[in-house]
Amino acid sequence: MATSATRGPGPHVIAAGDLRTSLSRRRRERTMRGLFFAAAALSIVISVLIVVSLVGEAGRFLANVELSSLWSIGWFPRRGLFDVRTLVVGSLIVTAVAIVIAAPLGLGAAIYLSEYASPRVRAVLKPALEVLAGIPSVVLGFFAITVIAPNIVQRWFGGGGPFSLLAGGIGVGILVIPLVASVSEDALRSVPASLREASVGLGARKIDTTLRVVVPAAVSGLVAAAILAISRAIGETMVVAIASGATGGSLFTWAPNEPGQTMTAAMASLASGTDQVKGGSEAYQSLFFVGLLLFLITLVLNLFASRFVARVRQRY
Amino acid sequence: MALVDVETTRAAVTANLFQKRRDLRGAVFQAVLLLTLLMSVAILIVLLTSIVTDAWPTLQDRGTDFVTQGLAAKPEDAGVWQGVLGSFVIMLFVILLAFPVGLAAAIYLEEYARDSRFTRLVNVNIRNLAGVPSVVYGLLGLAIFVNTLGNVTGGDSILAAGLTIAILVLPIVIITSAEAIRAVPTALREAGYGLGATQWEVIRGHVLPYAAPGILTGTVLSLARALGEAAPLILIGADTFYRLAEGTPLLDRLQGPFTALPYIVFDWSRNPSKEFREIAAAAIFVMLVVLLAANAAAILLRNHYEKRRSA
Repeated sequence: MATSATRGPGPHVIAAGDLRTSLSRRRRERTMRGLFFAAAALSIVISVLIVVSLVGEAGRFLANVELSSLWSIGWFPRRGLFDVRTLVVGSLIVTAVAIVIAAPLGLGAAIYLSEYASPRVRAVLKPALEVLAGIPSVVLGFFAITVIAPNIVQRWFGGGGPFSLLAGGIGVGILVIPLVASVSEDALRSVPASLREASVGLGARKIDTTLRVVVPAAVSGLVAAAILAISRAIGETMVVAIASGATGGSLFTWAPNEPGQTMTAAMASLASGTDQVKGGSEAYQSLFFVGLLLFLITLVLNLFASRFVARVRQRY
Repeated sequence: MALVDVETTRAAVTANLFQKRRDLRGAVFQAVLLLTLLMSVAILIVLLTSIVTDAWPTLQDRGTDFVTQGLAAKPEDAGVWQGVLGSFVIMLFVILLAFPVGLAAAIYLEEYARDSRFTRLVNVNIRNLAGVPSVVYGLLGLAIFVNTLGNVTGGDSILAAGLTIAILVLPIVIITSAEAIRAVPTALREAGYGLGATQWEVIRGHVLPYAAPGILTGTVLSLARALGEAAPLILIGADTFYRLAEGTPLLDRLQGPFTALPYIVFDWSRNPSKEFREIAAAAIFVMLVVLLAANAAAILLRNHYEKRRSA
């Protein structure tokens, strides 16, 4: 502006430079953009750090350990027995129990909230599910050991003591109900109303509209909910660390009503208490080996789930 | 050919159109669905009541002493003071580190980034980070903050724990902030540009104030997550018992031993004695009260911003 003003009267010619803003303003723009970019790029750095720290120690573990100790009678890291089978089977049992509980309850709740509930009922019950979602997992661990273990597991399924994979699995199941419900409900609500209207217009009853039109249309979202629940259940630590017991190690077992160890609980029990493992030992390195295994499993599951979610978005 | 008389036809049609057909199967289905939802709510109620009944004796006998007393070997003397302090410092780390960085990343992804391969990589990466189990973040903290940077952080310290938890909640902050920013109408930005504002001026003056309620809700969610997370603290090496001398300088405190509410709950819950179970319940009660307070603060802030938006 200043340059054109000095030209005095007459027609003003506006050059490109006149429209450009001041240098300090441009510099500030560049700085802010750079800062924001750095923040976004930091997420990549974090992922790289996770992978590097896991792979490094896990590799050292595999190089040092006797391979025969990876397949033995149980997981006793302090005695040099690293039977990974024990942990994987433990995680499988806990996850299976959790899904048996969370899938029907979460899916049923989602269908009710999305297809049947009146706005008033929804306004009361949906927040209740959100509160359940906000309960920290240690609290469910406490609930599992004080309420579920004596009243459900020991009464109906027997077993030796208070600690069992089953109690942990039920606790994890309760923990993932809100996750299943909210992802499933999103999927069901994203089914266009026109599909429901067409079905009702053809004379279908509500139940047939729901089960034969809405649910099949939302099926990829529902599959995503199930996969996310599995991934969350495998990665859940605190409930299992409190309720499934077996500090220090566990014999290989398929029995859900016995104490056992999951991948996550094994890591927690190795690292907790007064006899924490210190860097350099095989037990310390085994932490990272199990962690890498867990990381890879959940990564694959999450990638699958996001593919299914993307499919729902694409279609509608 | 026998004609059906008009009245009969009309009655049949009316019955079909206006009277509720009996649909037993449908009614049972609906009842079962409602039952599943009510089961979840019932579990929540049982959970909360069992904690309150377990916690009640301790809270009644000890009152605020339970919060102000420190860790101790005997359950009747043990309090959660260090835990409250530790959780508070961890939340401070989240507020000071995860919030600004997460918001900045969200701003970049929503306002600046073009649809490039790099942007897509960052987006997929953030979604995957959000799904990484929290113990794995604990391993990251153990390897990087406790061991590699041990000279700076003091090893298994509150500094290492705070940094780890801040990284853990970062993806949640980014995802929720990005959603809030995406919901800002484009017209608002165009109006700003039309008046000659630069991109940063539009973001600061228009986009962020409009997105503030959504961003706040997300940040509180991540604070709640940070407060309840125990697994990474176990890996980093939270302590079950320690006492710092009075007048310990701040840096030594940051590099010293630490604990947090969820870790105390974990430690006490695993103890088989009834007394420890009771104080574990009381510690959960304190933790849930802090959680509720954080949530309530968020709702108040959000309402405040929403009122300003409509005014």
